[in-house]
Amino acid sequence: MTTAPTPRTLPVPDLSLVVLVGATGSGKSTFARKHFRPTEVLSSDFCRGLVADDENDQSASKDAFDVLHHIAGKRLAAGRLTVVDATNVQSEARRQLVRLAREHDVLPVAIVLDVPEQVCAARNALRPDRAGLPRHVVQRHRRELRRSLRGLEREGFRKVHVLRDVAEIDAVEIVRERRFNDLRHLTGPFDIIGDVHGCSSELESLLTRLGYVDGVHPEGRTAVFVGDLVDRGPDSPGVLRRVMGMVKAGHALCVPGNHENKLGRHLAGRKVQLTHGLAETVEQLAREDEAFAAEVRAFIDGLVSHYLLDGGKLVVCHAGLPEKYHGRTSGRVRSHALYGDTTGETDEFGLPVRYPWAEEYRGKAAVVYGHTPVPTTSWINNTLCLDTGCVFGGRMTALRWPERELVDVPAERVWYEPVKPLGAAAPGGHQGRPLDLSDVHGRRVVETRHLGAVAVREENAAAALEVMSRFAVDPRLVPYLPPTMAPTAASKEDGWLEHPAEAFAQYRADGVAQVVCEEKHMGSRAVVLLCKDAGAARERFGVADGPTGSLYTRTGRAFFDDPAVTEEVLDRIRAAVTGAGLWDELETDWLLLDGELLPWSLKSTGLLRHQYAAVGAASRAVFPRALAALEAAEARGVDTGGLLARQRDRAADAAAFTEAYRRYCWTTEGLDGVRFAPFQLLAVAGRSLAAVPHDRQLAWLDRLVEADERAGTGLLRRTGRILVDTTDADSVRAGTDWWLELTGAGGEGMVVKPLGAYVRGGGRGLVQPGVKVRGREYLRIVYGPEYTRPQHLERLRERHLGHKRSLALREYALGLEALDRLADGEPLWRVHEAVFAVLALESEPVDPRL
Amino acid sequence: MPIIDRVFLTISTTGTPDRPATDLGFLLHKHPGKAQAFTTSYGTAHVLYPEADEQRCTAALLLEVDPVALVRRGRGKGRGGAPDGALAQYVNDRPYAASSLLAVALGAVFGTALKGRCAARPELPERALPLRVEIPALPARGGADLVHRLFGPLGWTRVQAEPVPLDERFPHWGDSRYVRLVLEGELRLADALRQLYVLLPVLDDAKHYWVAPDEVDKLLRAGDGWLAGHPEHRTITERYLARRRSLTEDAMSRLELARLAEADDSEAEDLDNAVEDLDGAVEDLDTAVEDPGGAVEGLDTAVEDPGGATPDDAAEPGAGAARPVPLAVQRREAILGVLRACGARRVLDLGCGQGQLVQALLKEPAFTEVVGVDVSVRALTAAARRLRLDRMGERLSSRVRLLQGSLTYTDKRLTGYDAAVLSEVIEHLDLPRLPALEYAVLGAARPRTVVVTTPNVEYNVRWASLPAGHVRHGDHRFEWTREEFRTWAREAAGRHGYTVRFEAVGDDDPEVGPPTQLAVFQLVGTDDTPRTTDSPEEGETA
Repeated sequence: MTTAPTPRTLPVPDLSLVVLVGATGSGKSTFARKHFRPTEVLSSDFCRGLVADDENDQSASKDAFDVLHHIAGKRLAAGRLTVVDATNVQSEARRQLVRLAREHDVLPVAIVLDVPEQVCAARNALRPDRAGLPRHVVQRHRRELRRSLRGLEREGFRKVHVLRDVAEIDAVEIVRERRFNDLRHLTGPFDIIGDVHGCSSELESLLTRLGYVDGVHPEGRTAVFVGDLVDRGPDSPGVLRRVMGMVKAGHALCVPGNHENKLGRHLAGRKVQLTHGLAETVEQLAREDEAFAAEVRAFIDGLVSHYLLDGGKLVVCHAGLPEKYHGRTSGRVRSHALYGDTTGETDEFGLPVRYPWAEEYRGKAAVVYGHTPVPTTSWINNTLCLDTGCVFGGRMTALRWPERELVDVPAERVWYEPVKPLGAAAPGGHQGRPLDLSDVHGRRVVETRHLGAVAVREENAAAALEVMSRFAVDPRLVPYLPPTMAPTAASKEDGWLEHPAEAFAQYRADGVAQVVCEEKHMGSRAVVLLCKDAGAARERFGVADGPTGSLYTRTGRAFFDDPAVTEEVLDRIRAAVTGAGLWDELETDWLLLDGELLPWSLKSTGLLRHQYAAVGAASRAVFPRALAALEAAEARGVDTGGLLARQRDRAADAAAFTEAYRRYCWTTEGLDGVRFAPFQLLAVAGRSLAAVPHDRQLAWLDRLVEADERAGTGLLRRTGRILVDTTDADSVRAGTDWWLELTGAGGEGMVVKPLGAYVRGGGRGLVQPGVKVRGREYLRIVYGPEYTRPQHLERLRERHLGHKRSLALREYALGLEALDRLADGEPLWRVHEAVFAVLALESEPVDPRL
Repeated sequence: MPIIDRVFLTISTTGTPDRPATDLGFLLHKHPGKAQAFTTSYGTAHVLYPEADEQRCTAALLLEVDPVALVRRGRGKGRGGAPDGALAQYVNDRPYAASSLLAVALGAVFGTALKGRCAARPELPERALPLRVEIPALPARGGADLVHRLFGPLGWTRVQAEPVPLDERFPHWGDSRYVRLVLEGELRLADALRQLYVLLPVLDDAKHYWVAPDEVDKLLRAGDGWLAGHPEHRTITERYLARRRSLTEDAMSRLELARLAEADDSEAEDLDNAVEDLDGAVEDLDTAVEDPGGAVEGLDTAVEDPGGATPDDAAEPGAGAARPVPLAVQRREAILGVLRACGARRVLDLGCGQGQLVQALLKEPAFTEVVGVDVSVRALTAAARRLRLDRMGERLSSRVRLLQGSLTYTDKRLTGYDAAVLSEVIEHLDLPRLPALEYAVLGAARPRTVVVTTPNVEYNVRWASLPAGHVRHGDHRFEWTREEFRTWAREAAGRHGYTVRFEAVGDDDPEVGPPTQLAVFQLVGTDDTPRTTDSPEEGETA
């Protein structure tokens, strides 16, 4: 043995496919165990065992490698470093692994254990399962390995580490290197600057507006350039000098654009066409000294295709990047980052048609990029194009991060005539394009801020898809669906199934003292999205052709088939909002209202006729005859065993049932007789109001109703309410009396809500946002005419509220999530995801009478 | 969720001293002097006699249903106590509609009489009696008219069916589905009872999920002697047996949708209507299609081809007496013709419904991959059944897939196909959602060829059975004139880089055009006629 070699470090990118290469017995498994986590290592022997119950069954190799490649693929797709522990002495085996690495845009790394034959043989001899291994196997492995050594780089391995003997192997240390594009540890704040194209003067103005003084921000902000610094404009060298200086000094980052790439190739002496403004740059650079050109060349060579910043929340690149490429390293990642994706078609100007990758983008990180000049910047699915065509006479735009503020300066003049007019839509289209099925389909988990992950099952999503597709109004106009609400626990009082006592007690137990009892209107739940005008609807919700909002049911269906009627309702509510001065007070040009549309018979005629009225009709037809028959039989002396009395009671119950539903029916003529009772103002521009206490909510709504009364449309209806302190017996009594009076006069009942609207209990998560307490007569509609009979009541009290309560909370959290996402200006698919989930959950099995 | 439990029926007869009316008691096997109670699974059936003397005898059957027990029979923790919310409503309450309960009670309480046996007085059952049957609230789908058609030919001298109004407070709601039924005539009691046993559920026509598999035998027994010659025997048989079709499975497949309907205070049928209901199919079958098959066979046709329900799918009017080709078939042929001509191999049927076109495509090996897409799970289930997907051989099944999808969302699974068919699909979408479909198909999926068919509303005046101003199908959100369709198609083609040409399907009426209009979109730069070298198409570039 020779002297101990100096310890050697092997750099390995932290996301890579590490391929161990060595003959059997060369110590690969031991090496892997020593340097990598057990779950990072995939061994072919182990996979052979998985598929064939024998780690040495060579006939199972093909299947074993299928399994190995499959698992490796899953790991790489998930962004996890993976080590392949197999001999890999044959080029075909390595070729497959290199291809796998490329498929997942990670770097393949080879570590070769070049161990003498006798060492391998000796080690194999010590293993009972390999003791009989013929000598020629190791020899063949060694031969193949030797043959391979020189070609490994050519095969595509980006790093090749060859370890020549046992001592060297024992002495090495693996060092995981951060990828060049991984700057997640940098948190900025950043000022991301769009395409410059040699517009040096505008760049200086923009930097000044952003607060930079000679390339340095006094508050330590970092500028990030999205590339295309050069070409077309008047002073590419000036721009390069500024940016290179800032980058060198650590005040800026820069990713390459396609124009830098081409310039770099030109500077490297490659033959490129001097088109698209390169000629201007070359000419301008010719006036600089050679040292500057060399500096530019080195600068361009050193640019990294894209950066992950701010903990991974921000990705900056030149032409946009789908999520699966974030933080990845491959030729195609670089190509996409620099050039974007194209459809293969060309447009009428002869330019390649760009693939709308942003439209499909569903990633968590914001992607900020440039490349395609757009008239105005706008967020699309959490992506933003900053190229506002300064060189073509547009503007130069920057994004402040994390503030998400846009700062821009106008072009001083048209520096370069565009090939095609700057009128085209942003790449990725506008919000009017449809959502993608993968946003909603199948089993899904929706992350909510208030209740964590909420799961949606496949069959429920399937039902929701059908309703959303066939019946709902345009998803852009359905930014919210109301959650279901649990009833109060069953009452123990004689003759009552529901009573306020339990509701008050429940909130008392939850630590909620102040509650508001709101009159429950018996109609149909209705959500109103109201914009100040068609312009606001177009601007905020992206709908063209006139709708100024929407009026929809709890499954997202339009209340009125005729859009003109919807608009008329919206007009009246809009007038009330204007009359109440809420547009200005709430600084908004749209709002979202939750309420009840009356009468019940307006929308639910089918149900009323087939289910409710039919019961009454049948009763009225049957009972007189049945009672007459029983009376006649008794008159004949037949003992009916109390049947007559029971039937009389039933007849009375049936009459009470009919009266119960009739209270909620009245005839309407056009909009005459139609009422809308708003009970919550859910959201306005940029804000969710779901957590605003109910007394403030009701004060706003009262002003709406008053304004509507002044206008005399008769549309809006006030919601009666009383505040109750659940810890004060007198207050509870007053609340109970109020409810008795309300339901005694035919009211449906009330909803008890924590006054604070959004309440979290002591460590127990969300408190129910509301509990309904329905009136005794009303419940006949739900539980049948005769439910008040003691024997029925007793059985009905055994109702299980657990699932309903859980459902109510999950839907509530999803509703809040939709409102929060809407307020944050998140992309349509994110809002729709939460809304869709509410609809899906509504199809979960739960007793519909609760 | 009210339970319909008003179940009451009287049977009366008159008599003379030598043939006393009270013989009814012997026949029914129930003593006129007593009130008797029989426990059934839904509650108690009472039999008593309001009058019983020589001249007049009336037996009353009254069911005391226990509504709470009904719904709560299967108790499940965590689901609120009911076996399953929607199941309770959409499955459990239906069997308790008056007539089926009554029919069951008839069988249970008057079983002997039904069989025409009377141990004490064997000669009695053979005798025709002056009978009067009254049911004050009988659910009758099809109304008084059907009641007359069903009972009219059965020997009654008087058949009276008086509609029961829904609610006199709201006269505009109209009549309920109940009628007050009175039958009078000289019949053998057993015959009358057997008629009621069969016809009450037929009239009710509700779903009866509890029905046992021996229902055909029961029908044959109860219908012996009167059903075969009945002019309405097909309606009777189909309605009676309609309940047998994979009922539980069927009920389960619609639960989620039923719950969503309920959340909206609407009925399951309002949402779950993507597949024609069997009932409608059967009814229209009577008027629209003449099927020579037997009753049960006819049912199969009805189940599998409810398309027959719309006038659109019936044979063309005035197209001659000799079995004209139904429009649905002509349309399918036209589509197949386009697909063959453009050399498509991998084909999407978007909005495949129950898979009729998928089935036709699979018969031609040139179509190597056929994907049926529909948003309705119910439709896909029906399609899988039609294709017998679960029993299909590997070679064939490797060519076909059925997917749930929605054309208002883009869908990566649909990219890369040669052709897509949208046959009678666009008119089922609200117009404001049409741009989403247009983009999902022409913009995102982007097949080389897209075939779109839709009704030509101008032709509607030629359907004698279609009232003026009505659309051909309840779910049609719009029907277009030729001009409207062409304008949309040309603009859509232009927006997405397609050319479009139009064809007529069916009789091309010189005045109003064809019943179905068809458009072929061809992606610019692709060849739509690879099989014929120079077919001069009147293709127009948008």
